Amino acid sequence: MTTFSKDDVKYFADFVRIGLSEEDKGNFSAQIADLIESVSNLKEVDVTGVEPMTHPVPMINILREDQPKDILDREKMLASAEDQEDGLIKVPDIL
Amino acid sequence: MTLTSKTAAELQALLQKGEVTVTELTNETLKTIEKTEEQIHAFIHVAKEEATARAEQLDQAPADARGPLFGVPVGIKDNIVTKDMTTTCASKMLEDFVPVYNATVMDKLEAAGAINVGKLNMDEFAMGSTTETSFFGNTLNPWNTDYVPGGSSGGSAAAVAAGEVPLSLGSDTGGSVRQPAAFCGVVGMKPTYGRISRFGLTAFGSSLDSVGTFSRTVEDNALLLGVIAGEDDNDSSSSAKQVPDYKAALTGDIKGLKVAVPSAYLGEGVDAEVAATVKEALKVLESLGAVCEEVELPHVQYAPTTYYVISSSEAQSNLSRFDGLRYGYHTENAENLEQAYFRTRQEGFGDEVKKRILFGTYAMSADHHEDLYVRAQRIRTLIAQDFDKVFENYDVVIGPTAATTAFKLGETGGDQLVHYANDVLAVPANLTGRPALSVPCGFVNELPVGLQIMGKHFDEETLYNVGHAYEQATDFHKRTPAIREGN
Repeated sequence: MTTFSKDDVKYFADFVRIGLSEEDKGNFSAQIADLIESVSNLKEVDVTGVEPMTHPVPMINILREDQPKDILDREKMLASAEDQEDGLIKVPDIL
Repeated sequence: MTLTSKTAAELQALLQKGEVTVTELTNETLKTIEKTEEQIHAFIHVAKEEATARAEQLDQAPADARGPLFGVPVGIKDNIVTKDMTTTCASKMLEDFVPVYNATVMDKLEAAGAINVGKLNMDEFAMGSTTETSFFGNTLNPWNTDYVPGGSSGGSAAAVAAGEVPLSLGSDTGGSVRQPAAFCGVVGMKPTYGRISRFGLTAFGSSLDSVGTFSRTVEDNALLLGVIAGEDDNDSSSSAKQVPDYKAALTGDIKGLKVAVPSAYLGEGVDAEVAATVKEALKVLESLGAVCEEVELPHVQYAPTTYYVISSSEAQSNLSRFDGLRYGYHTENAENLEQAYFRTRQEGFGDEVKKRILFGTYAMSADHHEDLYVRAQRIRTLIAQDFDKVFENYDVVIGPTAATTAFKLGETGGDQLVHYANDVLAVPANLTGRPALSVPCGFVNELPVGLQIMGKHFDEETLYNVGHAYEQATDFHKRTPAIREGN
């Protein structure tokens, strides 16, 4: 039986900066334990000497000239931000 | 016959000759949408004003400037960015997000003369198979509103099935176009990875994602793919291969076609009546000259968990961009930057999304990266090699699109075995980058069943031709849900 504690949930949630309630932690601890259990079947497969597949269609070195184009409108983009000042996105205090 | 019950090809004939104006068709479409939405809720946003204005503009266009989708209404899954029109991914995180640019597919649709009539409902960030994880409420299946339309592109499939639009776009990371197409009795294509630009498609699993196409006939689907496929400077993974004339491939001649039927595709977990329906469809193909043989795919039973590890790992990276600072939902309850990140995501993401991000983070962590994530990538290679071997001797692989018909609302597909069987059918096309088409092939208890035709890389032509030949020999695609009567 795989266990994945509430502390485990918090450990990984902190990495990706997702806040969770105590109730969330309990729910995800059970759900993720189930997931880990179900993907354990991958351990049955002999993968000796098999290359990992990172891309479904082989492609090599797709390059183009590094020229700026289709510049998006700065004002319009800034309008999507919660807060802005002098053309910059304003964020809450760091500390 | 009302305008909204016509196919895009039929509408084209009328519009190009000027027998119907774009404004007339658009008004008719918006009226149908208004009436139908009360019953199925396929749209998150109906673009009434934009569509009306565009129709008037198109009616002024000179006859020689009319593109191949001139005046045709199209619905767009709400994870494809549309300039100046909300793109929510069915998430609170993007509830009010208005993109400043168009996805490449939107530019292509516009150049072809199509009219975007609105944004379609989906599972949040395309994570789900019922459209029930949408922040904006679920969509109902037009064939029976006690059932889900499938997902994640549930709105795209339901809108086409209900006669709201003849064409729509969806996206398919692990079956999200094909399964709802099957559940709603319409045609759905997930083309080869790289056939359609992903620029402007909100990323979920970047090595799996594809834009896909919905329609009521194979011919219409071919028409739509022909418009939106092709290389794009803004997506380095888009293919430079020339886009063929898909419509020209619809000869209806499939004599000698070699069909592989994997034993796992009609085995454990697949509903007996769905399996029987698909076997009948195979007989139809045989009567048209195809040769069907059973084959084995030794690693396909590992496809679901391989997919789950890879898609969640890619998702946790892709979704890290939603921080609430540059765009999208922003928490009101933060005293500092750190809290802003935590609370924005806590309040903005739904549970399914959080679960996948957390699992993906686990799979990518130093302790598990090699033994889970990289191992899944190696098994992905083995699964792809199994299919490569089959395709050395066969033209297509055929099976059901989904293991069952549509699930009842609130019952997410029944037991684990059914879930597993569904994923065995759905995810190999994404893991291997191969194209796969779902066409209607019958009904079980008055709910549609889909036939899945998977092909060689960049051989969408054969899939369309097989689908078309089957469609010509049957009339399942002509049946319409009762909801459309009187439209």
